[in-house]
Amino acid sequence: MSEEQAVAGAPAAPRVERRVRRRGPLSWIDVRGRRLGGWAFALNRATGLGVLLYLYLHLVVLSLLAGGPSSWDGFILIATNPLFLVLDVVLLFGLLAHGLNGIRVSLVGLGIIVDRQRALFVAFFIIGFIVFLIGAVRIFGETGGG
Amino acid sequence: MTEQATTDQRSAGQAQPGAGTRTVTFHVSRSKRGEDPHRQSFEVPVEARTTVLDAMISIRRHQDPTLTLRHSCFHASCGTCAMRINGREGLACVTNVEELGGDTVTVDPIANAGAVISDLVSDMSAMFGHYAPMERPLVRPSELGPGSRPAEGVAELERFEDCIECGICVSVCPISATDARYLGPAALAAAWRVVVDPRTADAERAMALADVDHGIWRCHTAFECTEACPSNVDPAGAIMNLRRAATRRRLRGLLGGSRSER
Repeated sequence: MSEEQAVAGAPAAPRVERRVRRRGPLSWIDVRGRRLGGWAFALNRATGLGVLLYLYLHLVVLSLLAGGPSSWDGFILIATNPLFLVLDVVLLFGLLAHGLNGIRVSLVGLGIIVDRQRALFVAFFIIGFIVFLIGAVRIFGETGGG
Repeated sequence: MTEQATTDQRSAGQAQPGAGTRTVTFHVSRSKRGEDPHRQSFEVPVEARTTVLDAMISIRRHQDPTLTLRHSCFHASCGTCAMRINGREGLACVTNVEELGGDTVTVDPIANAGAVISDLVSDMSAMFGHYAPMERPLVRPSELGPGSRPAEGVAELERFEDCIECGICVSVCPISATDARYLGPAALAAAWRVVVDPRTADAERAMALADVDHGIWRCHTAFECTEACPSNVDPAGAIMNLRRAATRRRLRGLLGGSRSER
């Protein structure tokens, strides 16, 4: 019993543990109320995680080669399915978004054209969108053409 | 200080229902003595000029005197009434309820700056713990004596001096949201101010504090701090300037020059 308790004759108030209230990792992709830079940050995190996931999937797919030609040919049949091609288009989007925004972040992050970061995002967005459209058309076109 | 004597001088009562008023439901974050926070709803009549701070004071005066909030100046100078309003950081004293639109408003304490003491009040110690070591050795222009002038080169720094230490930049920062060791935008903006001030005797010290893994290099350039700052300080710009200075400094070091040159 502490001195204060002995004097007051009352139990001590429970010690309250207070933790800093942080918004946590979900806030990375929570774009509600966020501005352009926040959207770019969220996009970079989401596409970064997506590309990382793809890397592991890619390694798993490559491991099919160890199963011989029949195993690989079976996968190729699936890979040319239009539904699978949609995933290719999503991958293209992720690579473009992450790569181009990465260039923007690198330029701005080293103190180069800091005050033009929004314009830079818009410029890279336009470039990325054009490349994405061309790429998507080619992905479906080449497969459609056999 | 969670309440101040000036609080109710301006907002002695709530808007009376009638012409020009409507009722808005405020979902206010409540937590006492380390409880998990929950939201409590209050209906408040508001009029065209009612601010979120007016509404919070009205709740405390007319509905629940245990609602705790921090405020002082009522004109965006003191920075004490920073809150998350509809999920977006802002100063409650200058956030007009009508401009928010809708019939409901959520009000939460700012995040990432410290533990919530009670309801809408955080202790801010996490933020100030990073902020204090920067030791800004400056005087505000308003503190200069009659007829005196700021030293040459000081005028361009006034923007950073505008920081009202409200914690909004820290609350909105996605890195501060997950990294307790990150110095945060407020402290780094202060560091930049120290580094570039022509009167600073020891810029190296501030530079060394900022040029660490959990300092300038931890920022991921979301620019939310700059966008959200109610005082037009540009913390993200300050961080990028510090990075540029740090990069030059390191390059000079690699080339055999002095790292302390500005």
